[in-house]
Amino acid sequence: MITAAPPVTPKKNYINATEGLKSWLLTVDHKRIGILYLLGVTFFFALGGLFAALIRLELATPAGDLVESNTYNKFFTMHGIIMVFLFLIPSIPAVLGNFLIPLMIGAKDVAFPRINLLSWYIYMTSGLFVLTSLFMGGVDTGWTFYTPFSSSYSNGYVVATGLGIFISGFSSILTGLNFIVTIHRMRAPGLTWFRLPLFVWAHYATSMIQILGTPVIAVTLLLLVLERGFHIGFFDPAYGGDPVLFQHMFWFYSHPAVYIMILPSMGVVTEIITTFSSKKPFGYTFIAFSSVAIAVFGFIVWGHHLFVSSQSVYAGMVFSILSYVVAIPSAIKVFNWTSTMYKGSVRVTTPMLYALGFIGLFTIGGLTGLFLACLGVDVHLTDTYFVIAHFHYVMVGGAIMGFLGGIHYWWPKIFGKMYNEGWSKLSAVVVFIGFNLTFFPQFLLGYMGMPRRYHVYPPEFQVLNVLSSAGASILGLGYLLPFCYLIWSLKYGPDAPPNPWGATTLEWTTSSPPPTENFEVTPVITQEAYTYAPEEVVHVG
Amino acid sequence: MPQRRSFTLASHASALQHHFENIEQQKDASTIGMWVFLVTEVMFFGGMFLAYFVYRQAYPAAFASASNKTNLYIGAANTTVLICSSLTMALAVHAAAMGKKNLIVLFLILTLLLGGTFLGVKAYEYHDKWVHHEVPGRNFDCEGCTDAAHTPLFFALYFGMTGLHATHMIVGAGIIIFLIMKARKGVFNAAYHTPVELFGLYWHFVDIIWIFLFPLLYLIDRSGAVK
Amino acid sequence: MGQKSFQLFPEAASTIAGQVDGLYAYLVLVSAFFSLLIAFLIVFFAIKYRKRGDEIPAPVDEHSIGGMLLEIVWSVIPLGLSMVMFAWGASIFFTESRPPADSMEIYVTGKQWMWKIQHNEGSREINELHIPVNRDIKLTLTSEDVIHDFYVPAFRTKTDVLPGKYTTEWFRPTKVGEYHIFCAEYCGTKHSGMIGTVYVLSQEDYNKWLGEGSGEGSMAEQGQALFNQLGCGNCHASLINKGNGRCPNLNGVFGTTVDLKDGSRVRADESYIRESVLYPQAKIVAGYDDIMPTFKGLITEDGLLKLVEYVKSLGNPNGTQTSVVPAATQTSATEPKTRQQDKTSPQAGSVPRNR
Repeated sequence: MITAAPPVTPKKNYINATEGLKSWLLTVDHKRIGILYLLGVTFFFALGGLFAALIRLELATPAGDLVESNTYNKFFTMHGIIMVFLFLIPSIPAVLGNFLIPLMIGAKDVAFPRINLLSWYIYMTSGLFVLTSLFMGGVDTGWTFYTPFSSSYSNGYVVATGLGIFISGFSSILTGLNFIVTIHRMRAPGLTWFRLPLFVWAHYATSMIQILGTPVIAVTLLLLVLERGFHIGFFDPAYGGDPVLFQHMFWFYSHPAVYIMILPSMGVVTEIITTFSSKKPFGYTFIAFSSVAIAVFGFIVWGHHLFVSSQSVYAGMVFSILSYVVAIPSAIKVFNWTSTMYKGSVRVTTPMLYALGFIGLFTIGGLTGLFLACLGVDVHLTDTYFVIAHFHYVMVGGAIMGFLGGIHYWWPKIFGKMYNEGWSKLSAVVVFIGFNLTFFPQFLLGYMGMPRRYHVYPPEFQVLNVLSSAGASILGLGYLLPFCYLIWSLKYGPDAPPNPWGATTLEWTTSSPPPTENFEVTPVITQEAYTYAPEEVVHVG
Repeated sequence: MPQRRSFTLASHASALQHHFENIEQQKDASTIGMWVFLVTEVMFFGGMFLAYFVYRQAYPAAFASASNKTNLYIGAANTTVLICSSLTMALAVHAAAMGKKNLIVLFLILTLLLGGTFLGVKAYEYHDKWVHHEVPGRNFDCEGCTDAAHTPLFFALYFGMTGLHATHMIVGAGIIIFLIMKARKGVFNAAYHTPVELFGLYWHFVDIIWIFLFPLLYLIDRSGAVK
Repeated sequence: MGQKSFQLFPEAASTIAGQVDGLYAYLVLVSAFFSLLIAFLIVFFAIKYRKRGDEIPAPVDEHSIGGMLLEIVWSVIPLGLSMVMFAWGASIFFTESRPPADSMEIYVTGKQWMWKIQHNEGSREINELHIPVNRDIKLTLTSEDVIHDFYVPAFRTKTDVLPGKYTTEWFRPTKVGEYHIFCAEYCGTKHSGMIGTVYVLSQEDYNKWLGEGSGEGSMAEQGQALFNQLGCGNCHASLINKGNGRCPNLNGVFGTTVDLKDGSRVRADESYIRESVLYPQAKIVAGYDDIMPTFKGLITEDGLLKLVEYVKSLGNPNGTQTSVVPAATQTSATEPKTRQQDKTSPQAGSVPRNR
């Protein structure tokens, strides 16, 4: 552990190196680009959250008494599109990945800094498309855009929104491409693959999915836009097409997409657990390979979204068994994280609270995935609130907890400031409680048979819905708090030392915040990863 | 692993970007980057190829009769033109490796001309289809086609796939112009010609896509066996 | 529909529901076990191994505590438990995909935003499904517009309802009562209004309900009227038409395997009949020319189902299966299984033309 000299924000770091809006908007510094992305994803998270609040408000009563059906249908559609494409997919890779990967591998920047900046502009443009379509009136197809409703019946702005998502895909592809080349070719001397931090392994696996899967959703949306414009019949039986083909093509990307959303979060959790147990991760190789296994297997399970779609029984069986196989690597990670804490020296800090929360909630979310992989049970549960509860457990209880944990863990490094530990721990607890109250009742609603995307529902479902809406307000509060104390810390928080947590990865060997060029001299790695000993990294000039 | 030669020419140093340790690392990274990008392009076109295979298998008669509406000779000629443009592109890369500025420019211009010819012929074919009511949409009317309800699918895929391909060629043409400008300024030499080489990869890839498109769109059942 | 009180678990009202609930219980147990185990362990470790003083723990040699073995054990055990889930679930799914041969058939057309239900005997309902208890019921469903889904939570079954295609769903209700029907595939504005009720009645009450029927004649009879109205009998031979020999004979064709002109073979099921009426050029029967016009735009999905029922009835000279079974007999079908025969010889009465 590096024992600290009195912490002082260095005079020149990447934040104050140059001044002016133009220096930020035309930056090629991966750290500044990470901050630009942070601003973007935070905005879209708030917008998506606003739609969530409206949904839960409406669902507190069985009748459709807040808004009319067409408007409600737009609420859940915009909530899904914004949260999936404009928040979850970019969040950890584009914010934390961009900021940290070059630092973690001892590089000066990513392989293609200008492409990195381009990817941010593409992301913001796609957001503009989606916002424009929202202001024009929005779209009501659900984020899944099933045909022929989306191609021939919807009165919403399918083309504008579809194009927006199409564009956002290129941002994701470029990020993934950049990371793959960076990790392959820009590692510091001595940094072999198996000395890499597991955060980097997680992002490498994620990048594989991004480059292979995203083009398929791009072409699918392109065909949908053509269909809507020219009534061609790719997917509409009225013109000779097959609506189930759309579902296959859509889910071929959108299932791997969920692993884009969760793998980086798992990488964050590994880093946090190891640092706050002061112990190297149990089963490093297994954790590394499990990320790759999830990426590979994630591509061959998409049919589990089509069990009742008229897909053949035999195809259903193949997809079901593969869906169980893809769950095993995640289980391996959970067991390895737990074992890391065994005989460690555990500090329950705010990042650790989020990481532990992740483990609990992701476990529940992942296990409920097994219910849905189960053919006989899925026939009953698919398209009900059980599915909604499942994916919110993994996406919010998992991915977002990981994102928040990562923000809190690396905040001192990124901004050179410490936040108030009391408020941050309180918020973590509020988020945990609010989250469970919001989404656990939805498992019960699902088995009861309440379908998803319902604006009105039979009165016997009200009690559980009210519980869920109450939880949502607590969850919303829990998300609002970090926004307050984190921003407050920027001005009033104490300066952060280079390594406040006693971590061992390379980013903690530079100042907080780092200088623009990251390292004054390129580090040379001579030890295995996660060596918790007084002298862990040797700098050679 | 390709042999690495290290030079210390002045132009070599200026091409090195600040975040790379040396020019070899930069070239390596750029090359991997281009290959990864081409993989994404395979997946991009792949989606349409999938739709093509699904619908051809479902409606073989419709696809066969619709394919016969394409002009075999024009398609074959265009294929030859494109293959020649790949040859001239390869020659441009070779010239760049030799550091022969005038040859680079010459071959790039030839590639551009051949690519332009391809696009011009394609435009003619599109116009021809429009005039004969073979564009899916309101005015669609495929004369003498079997299974008329499903022939629009073939034509939709025809326009979708060749349109996507043509878009890639247009972008490529723009990049060729950019490379010509750089070549004329003498930017490329034996030590540094990575942009030409990597663009060559892209151009060959676009060519290969066409080599798949041609038989799938123009050559179905020319013998008339499918009923 | 009577108000239901607050419940935490749905009623089980079909034979498959019990099986699904059993598997669900297994899933809940396994999940609860592992969730609680992990939750307990991380809390326990966080407390027991909390940092004391300034020491950094000595690196733990993974091999000494059987690192590799542990990894294998905690991969294999979850895999084993998962395979049980898979096999059990697949078996239920397989059962759900195979309606019993003598099921009572009912036709459902979904459209924005209602369910239209047609019984064989001619009764029609909107958003209601009256069925007898303890009988196998097979639904054949299609949509007139977008994708819908016919979901009965109490039966634990659902299937997507697609435009341009027929899907099927079967169940055997075990309890008299009223159960929700929900549309479970988002279909636009009134998706959540596209709900209905299943009325499971005793056989006696069901017979009584049927007796109050629409009076329009059975579906097959209505189909026959359409058949004549659209002029199909001018070409196709059927029980009462001679046809003109230039079209395949429809007598007994339903359920058989038909040879097509391009050498392939297709089973003459509901989907084949529908496709032949709307897209006759897609599959030409061997020995015949491509001369049938399309009836797309001239017939509704409801009409198509009636035609299908009519053609089915041609395959069964004794008339269509009736669902009006005297209350005393609780067993199902009395009708000979003529639909399952597989004829490969050319249709009787047709004159194969050589090309």
